[in-house]
Order: sequence, then structure tokens, then C-alpha cells
Amino acid sequence: MEQNFLYNWFGDGVITYALLVTIPLVFLLIYALVAILGELKIASWVQDRLGPMRTGWKGVLQPLAEVIKLLQKEDIVPDAANKPLFNLAPYVMFTGAFGAFAAMPFAFNFVPAHLNVGLFYIFAIGAFSVIGIVMGGWASNNKYSLLGAMRGVSQMVSYEIPIALAILAIAALAGSLDLQEIINQQGGGFWNWNIFGGYGSFWKILVIPFTLSLFVIHFVGGLAETNRIPFDIPEGESEIVAGYHTEYSGMKFAMFFFAEYANMFTVSAIIAICFLGGWQSPFGDFLNQPAMQAFWFISKACFLVFVQIWLRWTLPRLRVDQLMYVSWKVMTPLAFVCFVAIAVWSMLR
Amino acid sequence: MTEKRIIDVDYSQVDTERMRINMGPQHPSTHGVLRLEVEVDGEIVTDVVPHIGYLHRCFEKACEKMSYPQVIPFIDRMDYIASMNNELPYVVGMEKLMGINVPDRIQLIRMAFAELNRIANHQLAVATFGLDAGAFTPFLYLFRDREMILNLFEKASGGRLLYNYFWIGGLMHDVPPTFKQECLNIISTVRKTNEEVMNLLIGNSIFIERTINVGILPADVAVNFGVSGPVLRGSGLNYDLRRSEPYLLYDKFDFDVVVGKGEMGTLGDCWDRNIVRMREMEESCKIIEQIIANFPDESSDVRALVPRRVKPPKGEIYSKAENPKGELGFYIVSDGTVNPYRMRARATSFVNLSVLPEISKGYMIADLIMILGSLDIVLGEIDR
Amino acid sequence: MTANEIYEKLKSEFGDEIISLTEDAANEAFIVVKPQRIVEICLVLRDDPNFKFDYMANLTGMDYPNNLTVVYHLYSIPLNHRIVLKVELNKENPSVESVEKVWKTANWHEREAYDMFGIIFENHPFLVRILTPYDWEGHPLRKDYKEPETYHGVKIAY
Repeated sequence: MEQNFLYNWFGDGVITYALLVTIPLVFLLIYALVAILGELKIASWVQDRLGPMRTGWKGVLQPLAEVIKLLQKEDIVPDAANKPLFNLAPYVMFTGAFGAFAAMPFAFNFVPAHLNVGLFYIFAIGAFSVIGIVMGGWASNNKYSLLGAMRGVSQMVSYEIPIALAILAIAALAGSLDLQEIINQQGGGFWNWNIFGGYGSFWKILVIPFTLSLFVIHFVGGLAETNRIPFDIPEGESEIVAGYHTEYSGMKFAMFFFAEYANMFTVSAIIAICFLGGWQSPFGDFLNQPAMQAFWFISKACFLVFVQIWLRWTLPRLRVDQLMYVSWKVMTPLAFVCFVAIAVWSMLR
Repeated sequence: MTEKRIIDVDYSQVDTERMRINMGPQHPSTHGVLRLEVEVDGEIVTDVVPHIGYLHRCFEKACEKMSYPQVIPFIDRMDYIASMNNELPYVVGMEKLMGINVPDRIQLIRMAFAELNRIANHQLAVATFGLDAGAFTPFLYLFRDREMILNLFEKASGGRLLYNYFWIGGLMHDVPPTFKQECLNIISTVRKTNEEVMNLLIGNSIFIERTINVGILPADVAVNFGVSGPVLRGSGLNYDLRRSEPYLLYDKFDFDVVVGKGEMGTLGDCWDRNIVRMREMEESCKIIEQIIANFPDESSDVRALVPRRVKPPKGEIYSKAENPKGELGFYIVSDGTVNPYRMRARATSFVNLSVLPEISKGYMIADLIMILGSLDIVLGEIDR
Repeated sequence: MTANEIYEKLKSEFGDEIISLTEDAANEAFIVVKPQRIVEICLVLRDDPNFKFDYMANLTGMDYPNNLTVVYHLYSIPLNHRIVLKVELNKENPSVESVEKVWKTANWHEREAYDMFGIIFENHPFLVRILTPYDWEGHPLRKDYKEPETYHGVKIAY
């Protein structure tokens, strides 16, 4: 088993633990700023306009300006709200998104906590944000918030099932729940990635349609998990104003906002790990040093984040019943079929 | 995917209650200060009560204190999306009342501007309808093109939204010298963007699923509720004042009245109402092309027939025209003085909105927003 | 059908209920009828195959010096003809039967006429103010209307 490079440098002490927590958090903060700028700029690119241009060179400081604006805003708590829950909800939401980073393998020698059930852990902690949504929606004492929370819970619970099936199939394919193990098996070039059936002989082409469709299922489910268009009905701004975070302002709203972007990365990273080889270089051993591995991992995840943003500015929104239809009547049966096929394949392989 | 939703639940079995939601007057999708009192059973709408009047500015009362030309700027502020079309029935009606015959060139200019404004209005309607569905990008594409039309209006009248351009007996100014070329540019841009919007939004399967079989308005109900314009034609009824009772020179021009055909879902659903608007833009382009082809080059004094003192004889007239949103009528009663004795505006959106409670029961909250968007209302006109 | 034909046919059917026809250059043709049987007249106008006035374009009130008048602008989409009906009501007790069950669109038009002129439409399903606030006093479009000084303690005139 590979060793975390921080242990080699600083030993098994306080500094190591502090760094293990800080590095992902700093990464997440920088990522969120870049992602917000990316959202603004991709939106403007899609929509044939310039986007923010005033703050800094071509508006690159816009996310910072927005963060400062949100920090300065008055933090309003509605009179009739349930104050403890109302104040807690954004942090619960953010915990769900950030907790996943504990087991996130950035490179073969850097994973904050190397769990042998990492896949299971990430999936479980990802479901935490549902609690934040229902807390915030209920505690706001607002009908729109309540509707948004109910929609959010039903949507996330529904979409966890096809995602769980996709993850199960990957676990069956890899024979492990250890994220590093899953990634290690996908080494040696992009044709060994799980999206292309994992490692194996020529006959793995039989399983490629199933892994490909599982990839799509997982990605679509991930869109629903992060409440992005076309699945942004918990906060669908044209229907229920802003859904569960209607009543939030200032820093608490920023936390929800931040959690959404963190969630986008988490979902994309899981997909990258499960299907796109995690930190593995697409060219086998070429460019596969630890620093490059981190680069590959972040690039793959960010590419998926880009696709999410791209879809958001292209597609309209689904309706609640259509959303449920897609989950229960299309994606779940399909995921089941794929799971069975992959399970059979991995027994025969 | 769109099975019939049944709202009648046996409430003796379950302990439930319905929730009343107050949608508006400040809400992202009520297109202004409209307040909808919505009763929902979970997500399903069981009752809708519109409350209007938040923008009431006493148009009819104020007109009684104004002279006839002063009314025109006030009319602009009714349906501020299509002000040119608003002025049209008023000035045409006043000319009829006073017996003024306006030369063809001015009538052509009026038609061209009315049709351009119709395109601008439909662009906005389709754009905000897409926005209601969550599609943000077509909104900005259409707004980008609407800008060209507004620029031309600005060159002609000085105003981008409120024009005061059609005067009783003539126009405020002559058209700018680049009028013909700009019209042709607008038409080609509008056609190009409409094709793009058709591919990006109208043909998108999510959008189709959201709009078909939603808010079905049968033709007989539509007529009974007095709705008009694309809402009525979306139900498959061929009724267009430009054809049935032609004013200006519409009878000499070749264009089709677009009606909904129920291509995707049921006849008279939101998709039909929307596609009627998309296709009407093309018809308007055809009319403008014909106007440009027949447009006389030499300029004339557009204020030659404008009366010094507008003092119509005693009488009354109900003057109507096909607004982009439907039939806009002005019931002008003159008692022979310089002020109207009574000005009644038959506001299109006012009547079109009244059908909302009828067609939105049994659908979901998200559908209610789509239905409201497909009616294309402007609160300035509803509340007057 | 011309206004004259419509008038003759209505006259033969309803007799004294139909008062007069005004058809001159200054006005659009309008028929003045008595308020008592307005719903029956409207039903005939809507359902008779010669009339087929299926579309009510407009309904409004009028404040003339001696009476309050309700004006109905009717249009027939299949036959493409128009007619204007007028019902004159006395100012002391301005009430007339609602035509909401004939044309649904009359619902909101009648509410507006009630709001603006104080004309009572009997058997209207929901006759409340529509444009002014629900607790507004007076009927603004009457010629003798005087705006109140204050509304909920807020000064109106400025």
C-alpha cells in the first residue's frame, strides 16, 4: 500500500493531521472561486455576451467581489423561523459536501484518510446534504421553502438508487470498495478505465455498452444530486422563488452556494474515480508522477463540472413528476440491467 | 409520461389539508405585480384566484381630463411591450370619428412599425416563456435581436419603449433615411435567430414534455371567455382582426393567419400557443417585406393632416385592432368637446388572464407558471 | 346581418323590451334594450343560428347625466358581424342581471363595471372590486366621484 507523502515528511503528528484537513479545504475554496468564475464566463460564452468585465482583468476577480458582498450583507433570520435549525442547516449542507473530501484520492500518495470502504463512505456522506435541505426548508417557516425541501428530499432519495446501483456495479467490477484499489486497477492507459469496461481481454467490448450507460446514469443522477438544471426543481427559481434557501441571506446563503459548488466537484470526482480512472494518466505510465496525478484527477473532475455548467445554460427544467419518472421508470431499471450484466462479466472474467 | 393526474383523493382515509400559497405580487414568474392565490394539494393546484390592480393608474378616469392627443402617451404605458400596437386602434378610431383619411405612405409606415413591434413582443413572450421553463439562454438570444428593433424605433420616435409615434392624422416624425435597409436587416436576423430558438428551445424534448398537454384550452371555452390573439388561435380558431375586419391596408397584403394544430400534444396546450407566436413572427416578416417592396422612396410631410385642435363631433366608436396579445379595443365616447367623455380600454391581457383559473386546475405548480407564461400577459395593461 | 335586421328580429321576438335602434354616421349602430330580460335576449343572440354572437368583445359601464348605462359589444366569429347593446339603468338603483352564464368573459368585465360605476350585477358569482383595493370607497368613474382624502391614514392627494 502506498504511503501518504505527508507522513514521510512530517511524521505521524499534529502537523500532518492539520495539513490533511487544510489542504482539501484550501483546494475547495480555490476551486469554488474558479468554478463561480467558470460558471459566469461559460454562461456568457454560451449566451453570446461578455460576462463580468469590470473587476480585474476580464473580470477574473468577480468571484472574490461576490464573496465580499455576501460577507457584508445583513444576515436576516425570519422572526417565525426555528432559529437553531435555521442556523445549523447551511453548515450541515456544507459538511455533507466537504466530508467527502476526507477520502478523496488526489494522487497515489495523497489521500487524507485511506479507508478500505472509501466508495461507501463518500456515497454515504454525500447523502448528508439532504438533511441540510430539509432542515433549512422546514426551519424557514416559508411555504416555498417547505415545497422546495419536499421536492429536494424526494428527488435526492430517488436519484440515490440508480447511483447506488452504478456504484455497486463498479464495486463488483473492481472487487473492492477501496478507492485507491479501484483506481489502481484502471491504470495503464485510458482503455483500461471502467467507462471502457475496466482492464481485461479483448472480450471486454461486450461489457462496454453497460459501463457506458452506467456512466451516463451516474452523471445524470449526479446532476440531480447537486440540484442543477435540468433537475434544479428544489430551487426552481421561476416556480418556488428559491426553494429551500428562499429565506437565507448573507453568509448563510453563501454557505448553501458554496456547498452546491463543492457538491458539484464531489459528484464529478466520484464519477472520475469510478469511471475515468481517477488520478491515472490517460497514457499509461507516461506523465503519471504524483503531481501529474493530482493534475489529471482535478482536470477530469473539472471537465465534468464544466459539462454540468454547460448543460445548465442549455437545457430547460423538468417537472416534478417527470423527474420521478426518469428516476424510477427509466434509470433504475436500466441501472439494474447494467449491474447484473457487469456482475456476470466480473464473475466470468 | 403525461398521464392524467387525478386530484380527487379520498380524504376520509388520510388526514391531510390543502395549502394556500400566495404567489406574488413579488414573484419571479408572475410577469409583473400579479398576485395569485393558489390552493395546492401537495404539488397539484386545486384552485387559483388572481388578484389584480396593483398597477392601477386610473387610465380611464385620467383620460376624461385629458385632451385627445394627450391620451396617446398614456396609452403607450398600458402594454409597454407593444406600444406601437397600442396606439394603433386609438388613432385609427379617432381618425374614423373625425373623418380624416390618412395617405397610404403613412399607413404603410404604421403597418411596418406595428409588425416590427409584434415581432418584438413575440420575441419577449417566447423568451420569458422559455425562462419560465428554466431555459435562460434563448432569452438572451431573443433579447439581443429585440434590441435591433428598439434601436430602429428609437431613431424614428426618440423612445425605446414608449413612443408617442402615431398621431391622430399622421405621425410624429418621418422614418429615418435608413429605414428600408434596417427593416431588411431585422428580418434576416429575426429569421436566423428564430431557427436557432426552434432548435434550441421549442424542439427540445424536455421543453416539449413540459408544455404539451398542459393548460389545454378548447376553442369553445376560449371564445366564451373572450380570449383573443395567439391564445385563441393556439386553440385552433382562425380569428385575426387583420383578416376578419381589416384596418389600415392589411387586406391588400398576403399573409397567413397562424393557428395551432395540436402537433405535439392536445390542441390548445401551451406548446400550441407558443408555436403560434413563433410562426407569427415569420408572417410579420413577410408583411414587412411586402411593405418594403411597395414603400415609396420620396418622403412626405407626415404631419400634414394632423389637426391643430382635436375636437371630434359628438358620437362614439369602438375601435379595435389586433394587438400582438389579441384584440385591443378602445371605446371612445365623444361629447363634442376636446376631452373624451369616456375612454374605455378593452385590455387584451385583462381578458386573457381571466381564463387562467379555468385552465390551470389539476395541474402542478410548475405547470401553473407555464400556463401563465403561455398567456403572455402584461400587468400594465391588465391594471390600466 | 346588418344592425337593422338584427333589430327587427329582436323586436319581433321581444317586443317592448327592445326600445330603439340608433344607426347614424357618428355612431356605431347600437340597440337600447330594457334591463329586465337582458339574459334572455343575450341567450337568443348567442344561440340563434342567425345571430351566433359567441364572442363578447367588451362590456362596460357609462355614466350619462340621467342614467347609468351598461354597454355590451358583441361579435360573431362565424358570421363576422357586430352589434352593440345598451341597457339604461336609473341612478338610484342601478342593477341588472349578470350575463356571466352567457359569456364567461363577462365575469371580470362586470366586476370592473361594479368597481368603477357601482352597477350591481345580480346573480354574479363573485361580485367584488377588481382593480381598486377591496375596501375602497366610492366608484371612481362616476362623474360625481370625489376621491377620498386619505386611505388607511395615507394622504391621497399631493
